[in-house]
Amino acid sequence: MTDISQSPGASSAAKPKGSLFDKDARTKRRNAAEGRFKLYGIAAIGIGLLMLIVLVTNIVTAGTGAFQQSFLELNVELKEDKLDKKGNRNIEDIKKVSTFGYAPLIASALESEVQKLGIQTDLKPKEMGKILSKAAQAELRNYVIANPDEIGKTVSFRFLVNSRVDGYMKGRVTRESIANDKSISVAQLDVVDQLRDSGVLYKAFNPDFIFGSDASDQRPEAAGIGVSMLGSLFMMFVVLALALPIGVAASIYLEEFAPQNRLTDIIEVNISNLAAVPSIVFGILGLAVFINYMHLPTSAPLVGGLVLTLMTLPTIIISTRASLKAVPPSIRDAALGVGASKMQSVFHHVLPLAAPGILTGTIIGLAQALGETAPLLLIGMVGFIASNPPDGIVAGFLSPNSAMPAQIYEWSKRADPAFYERAWGGIIILLIFLVTMNTIAVILRRRFERRW
Amino acid sequence: MSFVKLSASALAIAAVSATTAAARDQVQVAGSSTVLPYASIVAEAFGENFDFPTPVVESGGSSAGLKRFCEGVGENTIDVANASRKIREKEIKACADAGVTDIIEVQIGYDGIVFASDINGNSFAFTPDDWYKALSAQVVVDGQLVDNPYKTWDQVNPNFPAQPIAAFVPGTKHGTREVFEDKVILAGCEHTGDFDAYLAAAEGDSDKAKKKAAEKACIALRTDGVSVDIDGDYTETLARIDSNKDGIGVFGLAFYENNTDKLQVATMSDVVPSTESIATGEYPVSRPLFFYVKKAHIGVIPGLKEFAEFFVADEIAGPDGPLAEYGLVSDPELIKVQEAVANETVLGGGS
Repeated sequence: MTDISQSPGASSAAKPKGSLFDKDARTKRRNAAEGRFKLYGIAAIGIGLLMLIVLVTNIVTAGTGAFQQSFLELNVELKEDKLDKKGNRNIEDIKKVSTFGYAPLIASALESEVQKLGIQTDLKPKEMGKILSKAAQAELRNYVIANPDEIGKTVSFRFLVNSRVDGYMKGRVTRESIANDKSISVAQLDVVDQLRDSGVLYKAFNPDFIFGSDASDQRPEAAGIGVSMLGSLFMMFVVLALALPIGVAASIYLEEFAPQNRLTDIIEVNISNLAAVPSIVFGILGLAVFINYMHLPTSAPLVGGLVLTLMTLPTIIISTRASLKAVPPSIRDAALGVGASKMQSVFHHVLPLAAPGILTGTIIGLAQALGETAPLLLIGMVGFIASNPPDGIVAGFLSPNSAMPAQIYEWSKRADPAFYERAWGGIIILLIFLVTMNTIAVILRRRFERRW
Repeated sequence: MSFVKLSASALAIAAVSATTAAARDQVQVAGSSTVLPYASIVAEAFGENFDFPTPVVESGGSSAGLKRFCEGVGENTIDVANASRKIREKEIKACADAGVTDIIEVQIGYDGIVFASDINGNSFAFTPDDWYKALSAQVVVDGQLVDNPYKTWDQVNPNFPAQPIAAFVPGTKHGTREVFEDKVILAGCEHTGDFDAYLAAAEGDSDKAKKKAAEKACIALRTDGVSVDIDGDYTETLARIDSNKDGIGVFGLAFYENNTDKLQVATMSDVVPSTESIATGEYPVSRPLFFYVKKAHIGVIPGLKEFAEFFVADEIAGPDGPLAEYGLVSDPELIKVQEAVANETVLGGGS
């Protein structure tokens, strides 16, 4: 009796053993471990966010310059003795004057502009003409060929300036950095300064970067991403038109109709394997099958689209099968129960319910294909291609073109640093496309997906 | 739904089968990345001034371009291969085996190869001897052929600063590599007198075979990480120098002239590389640039001959043309080249 009243009574009253409010050493350790794990998680997300911020700021700071370009306004006298010696306005004769024949015209126009503004310089007109882009000659020639009646008149133009001058306007090129540069001199920059002060040389938004075509190494200022954007667009048409029906048909068959046996197992495993195949492999396949065997044209968006279709198919099949699986069997059973055939139950009930998932998968597959460069390398879509937009839908599929990521890759390889800026600008445009597509996919899923 | 699918597939199949019959109407060019800027400048001007569509110019290296060139005759093969070196006998044979027998060789001019380092680093005045000693896999030390022991430039040449040797040289698929080996490493090997040591060590049945083996041993570059092969373009070399300020890279003259704010150029045998010093032959490391035209495609692919003629026309490839402005050293015998293109003179003396 005495034992009982003595021993547990005093201790339990002071400290109830095993209380939930009381943390023993082990609990503290476990809680601390959980706290640490949360911290790790937050740190991981923080690092990810930091990387994203660094990346985005990097892209934006490096790339926004590409959307602006320096222009020079100039009145050019279209001298008849230079452009149409016979004076009969025969278009064939006018075409004989090559772009090189237009250079003196532009140089003398600039000279008279400089004189008019009272700028003092020792530069010869030819040297002064180098302030302007070489694309100015082509622009002028195109204008004259389109409007032969304007010959003999003085017309006002807005020309691009040389990439070095543009770099100077943007602060990329300085008077110190051009010490060894043969393409531009300090005297030219002096003229540029005064032209800028008088307002004829200015920076402005450059729509040609978004809608224009690629330009050669000598005129980075004229290069744009528009034509390769069209190339990407036509490729996406091909991918959509082929990958969606084939992918959906294949997955419906595999999911709803095919018997479960060794053969379908093998097919299933191989589809999953295909999704993991590096894209360059599809490029080699495309070169061998579509170009060398089927004799489709090289560098054509059609071939690019076919290759990307092969690459996108597994993605679409896997996501379609997943969304078909997510439709509960009761729907199928109910349809079959009221007398629908298997095919009716699939096309009238299962497929519409799975559609949002299928579309999401397709859009994500397309976005993946849009950003792909490696397979395009092998089928000739990377290089100096397409200086003109395709002149029709068939030409869009068949005439040589590049694609947005291929164009960015190509620009990043070129010597002139001005192309580097454009590569970043191209990345901005590509990212806008990708983000838009992914947002559409998310919205579709949120809006229409049903959960059971 | 199924109707939509059916019609879409039918459309796609129709599109695919229709294209097999469509003819190609633009010139296709591929090859050397050194020639690429020049070819794209010409292609752009060609598209502007002629009614033909702008030719397509791809890069990938001289060897890769010539390989594609030699795949055969037909619309799905390229018409023109750019090369920063002469076509090899082996390649001519490969071409002939595939049915490409008549090849027109066109030399467009010369290009200088320069050695450049970071603008804020040390300046160098190289000779081929220095490069051979710095980069060859084996060198002669005290009369013995040993594995290259040099780690810093001052060990190679006491006039140089004690900067670690780090060289970025073009990979073997580039034509530039061959010129680098021939005009720099081999020249240095012969000039230092090490060649005799190689010759003594060479194995072979005849003197000729021995000489060949010795030359091959001479130009074998060290593989201990000091010399890095760059298989990409000059922008990659530039990026490497950007991250390793001790690095010295091999560039084309035109590339250097576009990046004078980041690079300083080294002299070679006391000559500063420029279009002038290359044209006079003073600057030793230069090489001719070529493009090769498939004669069988002339008349089949519209604009091919016009493109070739335009490429070497005075207003393009002449000393005042846009190519020279970009960094090409124009060929003093351009008239002969123009004649050869006009007459469609093929390799091997035939007509």
